[in-house]
Amino acid sequence: MWDMTPGVAAWGVVTGVAMVKAGLPLSVAVLMSVSVFAASAQLAAVPLLLAGAPLWVVWLTALCVNLRFVIFSAQMRAHMMPLPTRWRLLAGYLTADVTYVLMMSRHGGDQPARSPTSGPLAYFWGLCAVNWSSWNVASLFGVLCANWIPVSWGLGFAGTLALTGLLVSLVKDRATLLSTVTAGAASVAAFSLPFKLNISLAVACAVVLGMWMDQVSKASLSAQRGARP
Amino acid sequence: MTVYYLAGIVGLVALSVWTRSFFFLTERDWPMPGWLVRGLRLAPVAALSAVIMPEVVLNQGVWTMDWRDARCWGFVASVGYAWWSESMLGTILFGMAVYLLCRHALGWG
Repeated sequence: MWDMTPGVAAWGVVTGVAMVKAGLPLSVAVLMSVSVFAASAQLAAVPLLLAGAPLWVVWLTALCVNLRFVIFSAQMRAHMMPLPTRWRLLAGYLTADVTYVLMMSRHGGDQPARSPTSGPLAYFWGLCAVNWSSWNVASLFGVLCANWIPVSWGLGFAGTLALTGLLVSLVKDRATLLSTVTAGAASVAAFSLPFKLNISLAVACAVVLGMWMDQVSKASLSAQRGARP
Repeated sequence: MTVYYLAGIVGLVALSVWTRSFFFLTERDWPMPGWLVRGLRLAPVAALSAVIMPEVVLNQGVWTMDWRDARCWGFVASVGYAWWSESMLGTILFGMAVYLLCRHALGWG
């Protein structure tokens, strides 16, 4: 997780700067920066808030932008269930793209935890602590220093590159490579969808295609077995 | 700070919590079928790729493919570096170096 910190921090600074540069009052930007904890939803909501859009429109937009986390929560559920409800809510709140990906790449195939003090959960809380603190410090820094940070540094791209490094480390076989290409292409092709729905759609496409490939390879395997005398 | 902003932010926080713990909320046993578990194993890479690719190839949401694009070369450089070495910091620094070089020294978009 510490590896990812420069990327998370860069992305946090950019989000903070973007909120202020968009014209959000300082107090609102500070509050949003430390409370909402969702970069893409914040960036989508800010222009709507500034335009004075009805709140249900703001919330609907944020809901759609956050939709991919609903898929993630289905996958994380088995590990989280030993916790009491309020801790599960906190765990959900602290889940970000990076913490989810690292948690699943390390413990995705493990047996679900039985006790609230199990290894996978300890790892998860560690991820959250590092991610939450680096994000908030960076985002506040971005809000407060917005006027001294020029856009031409391309800091936002550093966040993208951090995710790229993480992605490359996870692509290990044909299935993950295919999923990467499918989701990337689908996300670009569907970019014009409103509310960043392209991301959730791309994840769904890649997962469905992966399941289909799984079926096909299983079918051909059993066909081979059947053909054998 | 107006009531409008405050209400908006409270709602956004609630949405952050609700979407991210969506499937943690019920205590009821809720076994996932095996095919779904296998399919969802691909969700992490898919999500990363879905977030990254538009940032690399689209310009303000529009496809303007030009080989003189600093982001594409920065992306390619970081993929190459990440393949070659495990270092995350190296990946970011090398990709940013190529990106900033293309942008400021060569004047590409």
